[in-house]
Amino acid sequence: METRELTCVVCPAGCKITVTLEDGKVTDVKGQTCPRGKTYAQNEVTHPVRTLTTTVLLENAAAGTKTLPVKTNKPLSKELLFAAMDELAGFAVKAPVTVGTVLLKDFMEPGVDLVACKTVH
Amino acid sequence: MHKKLIVIGGGPAGLAAAVSAVENGLSPEDICILERDSEPGGILNQCIHAGFGLHRFGEELTGPEYAGRYIEMAKAAGLTITVNAMVLSLTDDKKVTYVSPETGYVTCSADAVILAMGCRERTRGALNIPGSRPAGIFTAGTAQRYVNMEGYMPGKRVVILGSGDIGLIMARRMTLEGAKVLCVCELMPYSGGLARNIVQCLEDFDIPLYLSHTVTAIGGKDRVESVTVAQVDENRRPIPGTEVTYDCDTLLLSVGLIPENELTRGAGVAIDRMTNGAFVNQNRETEIDGIYACGNVLHVHDLVDFVSEEAAIAGRAAAEKILGKTAPAVHSVSVRTGFGVRYTIPERIDIPAEPAEEVRLFFRVTDIYKKVRLTITDGNGNVLVKKAKSAVAPGEMESLSLSVESLKALADAKCETITVALEEM
Repeated sequence: METRELTCVVCPAGCKITVTLEDGKVTDVKGQTCPRGKTYAQNEVTHPVRTLTTTVLLENAAAGTKTLPVKTNKPLSKELLFAAMDELAGFAVKAPVTVGTVLLKDFMEPGVDLVACKTVH
Repeated sequence: MHKKLIVIGGGPAGLAAAVSAVENGLSPEDICILERDSEPGGILNQCIHAGFGLHRFGEELTGPEYAGRYIEMAKAAGLTITVNAMVLSLTDDKKVTYVSPETGYVTCSADAVILAMGCRERTRGALNIPGSRPAGIFTAGTAQRYVNMEGYMPGKRVVILGSGDIGLIMARRMTLEGAKVLCVCELMPYSGGLARNIVQCLEDFDIPLYLSHTVTAIGGKDRVESVTVAQVDENRRPIPGTEVTYDCDTLLLSVGLIPENELTRGAGVAIDRMTNGAFVNQNRETEIDGIYACGNVLHVHDLVDFVSEEAAIAGRAAAEKILGKTAPAVHSVSVRTGFGVRYTIPERIDIPAEPAEEVRLFFRVTDIYKKVRLTITDGNGNVLVKKAKSAVAPGEMESLSLSVESLKALADAKCETITVALEEM
């Protein structure tokens, strides 16, 4: 039996969570104050994931804005973060764009989309 | 020109205050929001990371998304936001002078003014770090603006001083964008940032955090070439012999925020030297009748959700005052800080003849404490409110609420002061 102490990163509360593992399988999760904390802890000891927030080049914006903030709509496998940044290095979006628009479908992983975080005219 | 309400600042505080004023009966045509940047949203526009809005909207948003929600709400309320408008002065009789490329130099009077100018970062000048003055020293927020909005990378090898959330967020951001962040050092024995940010911004990328460390020298003439870091003793003095020098081209400073109160001072509004913001009552009204303050210009908040909440209080109170719906106060109580409490908001409670709702007092503790009881006591030492907490920290705002009954009792007893304090259990 193995136990691991984690700090939940799902929200600013930062709950201290204790996960118990047996033969690599999660048998108990304690300390979280919401169901999302449990999901986080289970993922963290088996397959850590993170939401990526970054910016991409913006062209044609009326006010001369040069960058567009974007995010993955679901957390991405943690080990893919740097590959995702490389993938976006030359990627540009043309204004106008509306918040929530899917810019890249199935980005890096199936079911994870890259979406715009801002409306720019 | 005359407006019923002028809101100075179009960031999260200003937008929420104006929306609240409309919700409480003021016509949007009678409200003027002045924003100095070319777009509303304030600092949220450069805070592209997620973590905003869990309280306010029940979901995790990025900064631009949170700002976008309030910009849409302002539009839906019929409000117009005057951008590129820099306020130059405010007088105690509520005359606001601003300049903008479209309107030129304008003086506008108002029945009420809401101060929502936010805060700015402490700089190298506030720290007295010795050494020359090369390029490559930025506040973390300036670097954030360069990277996230202007599309520039400020450097390649980076040392960060200060472990507040902006410093931690920028450690991750610079790393993702290809820079090498050598370390984050923190003068205090604990981090000022959220635990989640230490995990997801530092530990995820193996960036070391050195507590009880500070920068003792900056090398380089034209550009930063090195930064020397040393451990500090319990009096926060560098310990000789512990110095380590890092070859780097950039130093980021995340060493605190200061409410931006030049206009406030110019109007003669009294400032609390603990918050660096105005003294206010529970309606966030300053000591000048009809001038309100909310958001980071009043005191530095942990979460924008709480800024919106506070701004809504100010917006409602300003609307009620303008519409003549404010019940006059029959008694005032000043709020004192006792053991373990650094400051409270509000600093004063004005109690009407028939108090209609409870008053929530927000405060920060002076240090990290485990197992404490937070209390409000009246002038005779009677405990009015108490709450047990397993742990408190200066980085997290605490609050206690005074019930309508307590407020009535304080007014009836003509109690002059109450004290917010902490007891170790």
